[in-house]
Order: sequence, then C-alpha cells, then structure tokens
Amino acid sequence: MENHNDPSGYWRANVRLILGSLIIWALCSYGFAILLRPLLAGIKIGGTDLGFWFAQQGSIGVFIVLIFFYAWRMNKLDKQYGVDEE
Amino acid sequence: MSQYVINIVFVGLSFALYFGIAIWARAGTTSEFYVAGGGVHPVVNGMATAADWMSAASFISMAGLIAAGGYGASTYLMGWTGGYVLLAMLLAPYLRKFGKFTVPDFISDRFYSKTAAMIAVVCLIVASTTYVIGQMTGAGVAFSRFLEVENDTGLLIAAVVVFFYAVLGGMKGITYTQVAQYIVLMIAYTIPAVFISLELTGNPIPGLGLFSTHAESGVPILTKLDQVVTDLGFAAYTADVPNKLNMVLFTLSLMIGTAGLPHVIIRFFTVPKVADARWTAGWTLVFISLLYFTAPAVGAMARLNLIDTVYPQGVAEASLEYDQRPDWMATWEDTGLIKYNDLNNDGRIQMYNDSGLGAAQVALNTAEAEGGDVTAATAEVAKAQAAHDQELDGRFAEAGWAGNELDVNNDILVLANPEIAQLPPWVIGLIAAGGLAAALSTAAGLLLAISSAISHDLIKRNLNPNITDKGELQVARISMAIAIVVATWLGLNPPGFAAQVVALAFGIAGASLFPALMMGIFSKRINNLGAICGMLAGLITTLVYIFVFKGWFFISGTANFPDTAEYWLFGISPLSFGAIGALINFAVAFIVSYSTKAPPLHIQELVESVRSPRGAGGAIDH
Repeated sequence: MENHNDPSGYWRANVRLILGSLIIWALCSYGFAILLRPLLAGIKIGGTDLGFWFAQQGSIGVFIVLIFFYAWRMNKLDKQYGVDEE
Repeated sequence: MSQYVINIVFVGLSFALYFGIAIWARAGTTSEFYVAGGGVHPVVNGMATAADWMSAASFISMAGLIAAGGYGASTYLMGWTGGYVLLAMLLAPYLRKFGKFTVPDFISDRFYSKTAAMIAVVCLIVASTTYVIGQMTGAGVAFSRFLEVENDTGLLIAAVVVFFYAVLGGMKGITYTQVAQYIVLMIAYTIPAVFISLELTGNPIPGLGLFSTHAESGVPILTKLDQVVTDLGFAAYTADVPNKLNMVLFTLSLMIGTAGLPHVIIRFFTVPKVADARWTAGWTLVFISLLYFTAPAVGAMARLNLIDTVYPQGVAEASLEYDQRPDWMATWEDTGLIKYNDLNNDGRIQMYNDSGLGAAQVALNTAEAEGGDVTAATAEVAKAQAAHDQELDGRFAEAGWAGNELDVNNDILVLANPEIAQLPPWVIGLIAAGGLAAALSTAAGLLLAISSAISHDLIKRNLNPNITDKGELQVARISMAIAIVVATWLGLNPPGFAAQVVALAFGIAGASLFPALMMGIFSKRINNLGAICGMLAGLITTLVYIFVFKGWFFISGTANFPDTAEYWLFGISPLSFGAIGALINFAVAFIVSYSTKAPPLHIQELVESVRSPRGAGGAIDH
C-alpha cells in the first residue's frame, strides 16, 4: 500500500496512465494506420499491407484493449489510494 | 407471402417489441427520465449506448463510403471509435462523479457562469438538432422504400413511434428500447454480410473474409479488388492518400467530436458508479466494433459484387446488357438512387472512371436543351474527352466507351446487399427493421439530450429554480414532445445544414464542448472568462471556416471559395477543421485564464472532488 491518503499521488498516477495509453492510441491510429503506413508497407497481410489493416480493423481492436486495461488499472489504483466507492 | 407483407411483419414485430418495453419502463421521476435512475448495468448500458451511437449513417451510409473511398474512408472507422478512448479516460468517469443530469450542468457549475452554460446549451441544441434531422429523414427513406409509403408519410410514422416511447419512458424507456434495437440492427447487418462473405471467400466471418482469398480467382480479395478497380481507371482500393495531414486532422476531428457529443456523454450518467462509467466505454466499443469490423468487409465485397454484376465476364470483356440487368437494379432505378444513361447507345452498361466525361456530356446536353453556356460546356467536354482518351493507354476510347453510364448512390449498398447477393425475402425484411432501429435509437437519444437541455438547463436553472420534481418531469415531457415536432418539421422541410452533420455537429462538439469539459476536469486554473473565450474562439473559427467553403449558414451560393483542396488552408478540409478549432479553444482558454484571476476556492475543491471516485453513489440524488 503506497500513500493511502494522497489525492495528488492518485491523480498523478492517473495522468501518467492516461498519457501512456494515449501514446499507444495515437501510435496505432495516426501512426501505423496513416503517417507510418509507408514504413510498414513491407509487412504483408491478406493481400495488402499492415497499415491498411490497422486503419480498417487493427486500431479499433487496440482501442478496446486500451479502455479495458485502463478501467482495470484504475480500479486497482482506486483501491490502492483508498478512493474507491466502497 | 409477398416481400411487402414480409417487410410489414418484420417492422411491425420490432415496433411491438419497442412499445412493450416502453410501457414496462415508464419513467416516474426526473432522475429516471434524464438518467434512467442512474442504475443501469455497464454491459446493458454499453449495448444501449452502441445503439444510441450507431445512427442511420453507420448502418446505411458507412459501408457505402468505404466501398467508394477504400483506404481513405478508414477515417470514419477510426474516427467514430477512437473517441471512446478519450471518453473513457478524459471525460466520462469524472462527469459521472459530478453526478448531475446534463452537460451544461457541469459547465455551469465548474465555470460558475450562466453565460458559459448558455453557450453549451446552444452548442448542444444546434449539434443535436442537425444530427436528429438526418435520423428522421433516414427513417423516412427506409419506410418509403420498404413499406411503399410516401417519404413524408414514412417520416410521420417514425415521429409517432419515437414520440410514444421517448416521451413516456425518458432515458429509462430509451435505454431498454435501445438494447432491443441494438440486437435487431446487429442481426440485420450481420446476416447478409455472412452470406456474402461465405459466397466470395468461404469464410463465414466477414471481418476475416476481407483478408482471405477470393474463391473464384484464387488471389486475396483485396488484391483482386485493387486489380479490377485500377483496370477501370480508378485509384487502387488500398492506395495511400496524398494528403496525410488532412486525413490525420479529419480522424482527430471525428474522435474529439464523438467524445464531445452530448447525447453520447449523458449515457455515462446512467450507471451506478464511476468505475462503471469506465467499463461502459469499453463495452460500448465492443458492441460498436461488432458492426465496425464487418463494415469494411461489406464495403469491399459489395464493390466487388457490383463490378462483377456489371462485367460478368471480367472487366476487359463486354459489359452487361441493360435489358439483362438484375431485378434489384430495376427496383432501385425507380427510387432514383441508381441512374443509367446509355451515352454510347450500345445498350450495355459501362461503369468506370471516365475522368468526368459523362458528367460533362450531361451538362452540355442540359445547356443545349435549356439555353445555358454551350461554349463553356463544350470546352469542358473536350477537356474531359482528352483526359478520358489517354487513360490506360486509350483503352476506354478504343472500346468505344463514351463516359460512365451507371451512377450508384452510396447509401443503397447496405439496403440492397441482400438483393444483390440474392438472399431470401425475410433477410430483406430484417434489413428494413434494422435500418429503422438504427435511425430511431439515435433519434431518441438525441431528442432526450435536447429536451433535458430545455427543461433542466433553460427552465429549471434560469426561469424557475423552485420547480418541483413532478413539475420538472411534466416540463421535460412537454419539451421532448416539442423537440419531436420541431425535428419532424425540419425533416419534412430540410434546411441547408441538414446534410452537414459531419462538419457541423462534430465540428461544434469537438471545437467547443470537448475542450471545455476536458479543461474543466484537468486544470484547476481555467476560470470562467477563459472557458467562455475559449469556447467562443473555437466555435467561431470552426464555423467561419465551414461557412467560407460551404456557404454562410449553408445557404447555397454564399460560399466565398469553392470547396476543393486547392482552396483549403494548408489542404485542411472544412470537415477536418474541428481539431484546429479545439486547439484554438485550448490556447485561448489558457492565455485568458492565466492573465486573469484564478477560480475561487470552492471551484478548485469541486475539481478535486470530481477527480476522486469516492462518494459518487449519493451524488445522483442532489
């Protein structure tokens, strides 16, 4: 148990988690699917390239994983910092 | 049984179900009316939110946009889903903790300003009204196509149905009806897609079929599609887009617009706990993705099927004779959504990229018949003819083609899919019920957002703060009824802005509401003046940029520049400007706030309190 009554610590941990998640969010959608697509052109998947897959399906899958990961981590942080809803 | 009777049965059964649920889930208090009593399980709420979110545009139009745009249309797939990541992490849990009924509620308290709340109410009403007109007209089209009534009659039937369950049940009735509507629309969307995927690839899961082998030719389906469309002079289906900046900004605008749309945000007020708001976002996206994984497959396969229909012996051989065309093509020609024009008088259908020749020829014919500028039109035809004759080493000219002869409206792909794939009549009945479910579920959610803004934010906060709960419930029902009447009237007489949902609703939500809400939670320093200036700056720059290209207040002929890439600032289209507007909003709010005095202590405490989940349960009963 780290700092049970440290609201600013809880908020910092939350913001860190959000930043990390949003970096992955941006990397998969704006990165792999759009700006970095030419770099991934060599990786073939089902008759096209990996960037196309990220643009049409892959990024949505990543979004889902990110939200569930965030919800799960935040529930643990809520308890750790004692701010959960009993 | 005829197709007409089958359609009536499917639509009738689905409506009976919605009515049954509405009677069962009547709202007795304002809390039940606005937020379903705050007691909806996150999985159920996720399903309802998915139906709320997936509108007539997602159900009917999106696959057609993807079929036409290929890779470039991925913007819609990512943009309309990625916003839920922002909602889950940046807005939903904290707004749920705040624990009131509406989006302007939060703006009003956090920025201690009636002016800020008023701006939010106006943004909410304009964005939601633009959006709801599209749903009403979408429902009207579905009714008229499948139930063979006049378009206007269809729209009135839709209005009566929504009136019944939304006014009676409020958010509670809407939520449980949306669960049923989600199931109906999902089944309707998936079944034809499964059959088509099986037929083309042998894979029963359309999302996987998209990346598997085309059974007939033995090459991957996307490779096959790239081949046939380039043989017809189009850009390859998977081709990269030239303007990446615009694609990034368009995607970002759709994402922040999604996160800032009030009818989506209020869904997160209906769950019991802050943690549930986070889970709801996840479940919503799971339920949305079931359709969004299928949509790109529907788009690609429908395009391939359509080309296959027009060129039964391959794109290099003679095309389909008009007299031999399938029944569905004739049916849709009656609605005007498919148009055929035999430009070279060979009795066959040519569908290809004609470098604008067909359109130029039609314009010339019109000019000759109606006395327009014949010289200019002739020059246009000559220009298009030259480009046309050079395309693919003159292959089109050699074949005696004189321009594209078949115009297919994007919107019919999903609705006509079962007919194109020759599926049994009951599947067509199902599509009718599904399209209506998508339009009605979104309309109901939007109408609730509008009516709560009127009854709660305008009347209770400004005009009569002492109104009783029962009185407010009455007012909420009356505002809902008025909102439906207004939306129906606007649906019958669509104003210019009705077609601009993506630019207007997403632009407003993304450039004004999303930044204000986010800064209200993540900064204690943003004050009333900063928020007001920021919202106005974001809103006005975005609207001006849209109006300059699309006409002032969308009145045709008042645009200052043509809406094409060469005139856009840095190649940024009006649809993509919401993201820039949001940036301006953030910047202005920061500069103004830091040069004026900090918010009072109790506001900083309010921010502290929304950041911590503890104590959310009681907050709903304020």
